[in-house]
Amino acid sequence: MIPVIQCKNVSKTFGGVRALTNIDFEVMPGEVHCLAGENGCGKSTLIKIIAGVCAADPGAKLSLMDQEFETLSPAQARRLGVGVIWQDHALFPEMSVAENIAIESFVGSNAKFVRHRNIEDVAQKVCERLGVSFDLNAKVKTLPIARRQLVAICRTLVSDARIVFMDEPTSSLTRTETQHLLNVVRTLTAENVAVVFVSHRLVEVLEIADRVTVLRDGQKVGVYDASEMSLAKLTEKMTGLTITPAVVGQNTNDNDTVLEVKNISRAGEYKDICFSISRGEVVGIIGLLGAGRTELALSLFGMTRPELGQIYIDGKVVNFRSNQDAIAAGIAYVSEDRLSLGLVQAQSIENNLALTVLDKTLVFGGLLSLKKKKEIVDHWIDELDVKLGNVSDAISTLSGGNQQKIAIAKWLATNPKLLILDAPTVGVDIGAREGIFKIVRDLANKGLSILLISDEVSEVYFNCNRVLHMSGGTLRREFIPACCDFSEMEDAVYGTDI
Amino acid sequence: MTSTNHRNIKYYFEGEVAGLLIFLIAVVVAFSLASPNFLTATNLSSMAIQLPALGLLTLAMLIPILSGGLNLSITYTANMSGLALAWTLQALGGPEAGVEVFVLGCALALTVGALSGFVIGVVVAYTKAHPILVSLSMMILMRGIGEFLSRGKDITGFPKFVQEIGQGAIWGIPIPMLVFIVCAVAWHIILSRTRQGFGTYMLGSNIMATAYSGVATKRNLIVLYTLSGLMCAVAGIVMLSQFNSVRVGHGESFLLITVLACFLGAADPFGGFGRVLPVFLALVILQVLSSGLNILGANQHLSTALWGIFLLAVVILRWAWWRYSAKLKWKLEEPNNE
Amino acid sequence: MARIFKTHPIETWLLVLIIVASVILSAFSEQYLTLVNAFDLVNSISINVIFAVGLLVVLISGGIDISFAVAASVVQYLAFYALSYLGGGNWLIGFIVAGGLGIMLGAINAGLIHYFRVISIVVTIATFNVFFGLLMFLTKGVSLYDLPDWWTNRIIVFEREMASGSWAELTLPAVVMFGAISATWFLITYTSIGRQIYAFGDNPEGARRIGINVVAVQFIAYGWMGMMAGIGGLMQAHFMQEIVPNALIGRELDVLAAVVLGGAALGGGRGTVLGCVLGVLLMAIIQNGLNLLGVTPFAFKAIVGVILLLAITLSNVSFNELRVGLRMESTQ
Repeated sequence: MIPVIQCKNVSKTFGGVRALTNIDFEVMPGEVHCLAGENGCGKSTLIKIIAGVCAADPGAKLSLMDQEFETLSPAQARRLGVGVIWQDHALFPEMSVAENIAIESFVGSNAKFVRHRNIEDVAQKVCERLGVSFDLNAKVKTLPIARRQLVAICRTLVSDARIVFMDEPTSSLTRTETQHLLNVVRTLTAENVAVVFVSHRLVEVLEIADRVTVLRDGQKVGVYDASEMSLAKLTEKMTGLTITPAVVGQNTNDNDTVLEVKNISRAGEYKDICFSISRGEVVGIIGLLGAGRTELALSLFGMTRPELGQIYIDGKVVNFRSNQDAIAAGIAYVSEDRLSLGLVQAQSIENNLALTVLDKTLVFGGLLSLKKKKEIVDHWIDELDVKLGNVSDAISTLSGGNQQKIAIAKWLATNPKLLILDAPTVGVDIGAREGIFKIVRDLANKGLSILLISDEVSEVYFNCNRVLHMSGGTLRREFIPACCDFSEMEDAVYGTDI
Repeated sequence: MTSTNHRNIKYYFEGEVAGLLIFLIAVVVAFSLASPNFLTATNLSSMAIQLPALGLLTLAMLIPILSGGLNLSITYTANMSGLALAWTLQALGGPEAGVEVFVLGCALALTVGALSGFVIGVVVAYTKAHPILVSLSMMILMRGIGEFLSRGKDITGFPKFVQEIGQGAIWGIPIPMLVFIVCAVAWHIILSRTRQGFGTYMLGSNIMATAYSGVATKRNLIVLYTLSGLMCAVAGIVMLSQFNSVRVGHGESFLLITVLACFLGAADPFGGFGRVLPVFLALVILQVLSSGLNILGANQHLSTALWGIFLLAVVILRWAWWRYSAKLKWKLEEPNNE
Repeated sequence: MARIFKTHPIETWLLVLIIVASVILSAFSEQYLTLVNAFDLVNSISINVIFAVGLLVVLISGGIDISFAVAASVVQYLAFYALSYLGGGNWLIGFIVAGGLGIMLGAINAGLIHYFRVISIVVTIATFNVFFGLLMFLTKGVSLYDLPDWWTNRIIVFEREMASGSWAELTLPAVVMFGAISATWFLITYTSIGRQIYAFGDNPEGARRIGINVVAVQFIAYGWMGMMAGIGGLMQAHFMQEIVPNALIGRELDVLAAVVLGGAALGGGRGTVLGCVLGVLLMAIIQNGLNLLGVTPFAFKAIVGVILLLAITLSNVSFNELRVGLRMESTQ
């Protein structure tokens, strides 16, 4: 059998950084091939090269459907049957669902004019094939995120792709939707279409894949049959480390309550929430995307106001009018969206770190002291062991893990009582995640209260004293990891839909 | 992958200042060789008299640009502030008005300028409408009010000392130039050493992330546009004293030149980056080009065209330098690469 | 109705405002709701609308063009000399020459933006100064009055005498305006490249990835703007019967305000021809109404400014949900 795609000796350098080194990669027709690796290992770059979005360094050989290329243009790759579901930048939010799905029917072709009726027909057919329904005239920006991902998936199925790349397609889907997608993948392979699947949910990877190619630091580690792999083995190949997690014990010392929330509600976001956190305790909130976790956190952080109920800090009722009030009361919030909310990506590392504590650097009644600023920056970079070149570099030059450390550091500098971590491992390598959780445990031991929000059961199970399960805007159940099974918690969380 | 994300911010700006300085020296040398009249006290002082009005307006434009916006109302806000001062002088004595009337008039002018900026700031902060659009409406409003109240006429008839301020000098430096230097220094301090300035840079890059970090971004926006309006008022006062008259429309052509000067001084059109010093240098270069060409016999319009070409040349050079340095870096780090 | 309001909120808003303004004006002025006045209004907005639909395409593509009004003046001069070289010319040659020269000036902007990766506002502020400076320098600020007759003779396409004795007339610029509107509408709605301009303005990186021809998008967007600038310039000279080098300077900001008022977003991907035309129309109706009400012309601009400021404030406050949607998209 001839491979659908065969890459030899693919390397890629950005500026001075080697993103890929001599990668060989091949996919057979009708197989589900997984591309596994940590963030920044070069998965996305490899996909971009095959899709013609960026060019490989000289010396690479690409052969698609038995034709050889040195470089490809996106349009060329499309014509040869390469379809990609991009993780980001995929959709046109101001355009209609139908047009988003069918856009390639007039971009790739030589059509000079657009028939809107045709576009709707094309879109409608694909939706039926996938078993989803949309208001085809709605603008994509009006859809919830999970639905948008489905639009992106639909688009790839419009043209007769012979190989479909799916870059993190399930990251915001519920379990039912994920199952649906996996069924689509199976349908495709039955039609002899090859699927290359990229996901950080290793369980899915092992469930669906025939073969797995593992990349690490831009190099190929190997190609394996999925049937031979286990979760632990795959993680080890990806990180080069063996990690054995252990459960954190229940918080036994009865310290003072730092935060108490009584029956707070906000229409359309969360309802009747009651819980408390005591000093030095790590409480997890687990729930899928759309469960109301972030909305709850934003109210605790003063960004929105609960419509009903009270929030108490140290036993005193508080009424935040803005997040400045919340910060003054000792609450810190590390956003799940580091790229657009957590850090100011274009600005320097030092400025990002100093942003929350400017008032601690003032001299002469209002002027910033560069010396004091430097002291604070140096202190926290040292404290959290952040690896960086120069503090005046843009923060976007750091890896996800080190960026997250800066995001945590800038809040620790405010000397908070409660630290809310919202999905702190998004975009952070498996290897670096452990470093983040070690910081979390150290902080808790020093008496900081932590609210850890996540959609990964393993994260909260192994790192929290107590876990609250949130779904549909309400807290469903409390778990104590020390007294319950991992699978019990997993069933409770992933078994329900929003 | 993109130039903006991976540059080292500090070195970028130091390179920028050096580049502008070298260019300034080259231009000065070229003009001195081309004409003996260039490096003379008369020409230098006439440059120092012409620069401040444009310079002050550029400072008023700079802060909004750093915040990722623009303030298109600066010239007419300056005119309106000038009108406020002119009426105060006329109402309280005309040519016989005293210094205290002038001071009162200046206070009124500053209030008018600040108010104009304040309104822009409030609308931008609370509606999140695009600053170009908001300040454009403010420009139309200011022009309208100004033309309505002045009926499009020149307002003159001020006390003698007003002109003496505008055309006088201390230690050989024209007073307007001194005002401009003081304002530039004040701007530098505000931008580099206050929470307001720090917040402006940060929100210029990403306003949501800055708000999430506990910065009062709405207040910052209001203050920064108010500061911009205040600087317009200073420009309006200086222009009044220099021309010894006020007319709505004075300095209208400066509007887009101030934007040009900011970009030339390496202010990032997307906001978040830019400093007073390189912008100051850019202004001096523009003035030298215009005065030098004037001495060689060309008129202001040719200078305007050259300013545009100069801006294009600089951005293309920046682009070429970025491509070259990316390649250079690659070669340096991979010496064994064939 | 509710559906239209949902899909086209800004257009609906403008329409409501125009109706409200018209009702108020016709209550105060008998002349407002007459055919004569309506046609006057259409004639008077035609040149701005021609510019506006050109600018709309650039805004949709995610760019901005400050230089078009000055470019229109440049085209007027160049076209004048080109036409006298061609022996006087006629309307057909006039349109081809003016449109072609406009496209060339637009291509200069597009080339600088695309090949040197410079953001459009920087490029067009630079070319604004270059065009204007060179124009004033080379013409020495001298106006041209001896235009060919075909260029300056008024062409009345439709006329009717009213009971009052005054004539309701629709002139050539109005017809050209309808042509520009339809052509632009067709371009951005029914051609492949038009939809690609939308897509590129909406999400440049996504557009690149699905293989959209970025060069074509830039050149067509700025070329279209240039063509409309050229044709607008031709019409303006026809209307004024003379060519004055600085007659159009300052027009760029008025047109920009109207187009953005009509719902085109600075940043790309949004904007409709209808909204754009309604934006220009609303501003013109306000001026026209103030004129009929006997308000002194000196106060026009002040009142327009206040209304613009209020419109921006109100429209942005009430459409806040849209913005939340945008925020969600950026977190995608």
